[in-house]
Amino acid sequence: MKVNAKMNNENLYLYLSGEIDQSVAGDLRIKIDDYLESVKVKNVILNMQELTFMDSTGVGLILGRYKKLRQKHVGMFIDKPNEQIDKVLKVSGLYRIIPKL
Amino acid sequence: MENHMSIRVKAIPENESLARSTIAAFCLSSDPTVDAVNDVRTAVSEAVTNSIVHGYDGKEGDVLIEAQLTGDVLALEIVDYGVGIADVEMAMGDFFTTKEEEERSGLGFTIMRTFMDELSVESKIGVGTTVRMKKRLRNA
Repeated sequence: MKVNAKMNNENLYLYLSGEIDQSVAGDLRIKIDDYLESVKVKNVILNMQELTFMDSTGVGLILGRYKKLRQKHVGMFIDKPNEQIDKVLKVSGLYRIIPKL
Repeated sequence: MENHMSIRVKAIPENESLARSTIAAFCLSSDPTVDAVNDVRTAVSEAVTNSIVHGYDGKEGDVLIEAQLTGDVLALEIVDYGVGIADVEMAMGDFFTTKEEEERSGLGFTIMRTFMDELSVESKIGVGTTVRMKKRLRNA
């Protein structure tokens, strides 16, 4: 599991790769929060092109970040999930609050 | 074709990917659809996560995963010997979680139910929990 960050204008792109489950959730949460606190952003885009698997632990993690960002009026979007992850996100209802680009 | 297997793993998060990958590989002999294998991987991950996070909650223990393939129908049993679930019906409700502060989504059973054809849960306080799931792996 890896996460890389890239700023473009005031948008923070987080490139997730590997698999997200309970075994990486704690570390990933800290890494993402570090990025979010280090820069001033308007939007956060979670790029999932290199992410191969995610279960509901990942949904909880994304929701947690969303709740923090919402307080700061920062938008959040999801980009390029694979079919497995797309189905998890759809069933979770996550797209209703965090749209897919 | 009939086939079966079982694995018993230590209840640590690092074994979640081992469990879901092993069961996914086990399905392959039935010539499953890619979507069906992904659904199984996800459901196994949810069930094993529940055992680790809720059943044992950091305490030592094992998770047993039994798989039976009959033709293209997969039957799974995921068993833990943890604390058990007080109210199974409530636990299976959408967004129900006992660990909101740990950012758990409460969607594990929702995903298992949606991704598999059948789901049932048997649990006894202090004894443990058994999750049973079935899925047809080829398009019906």
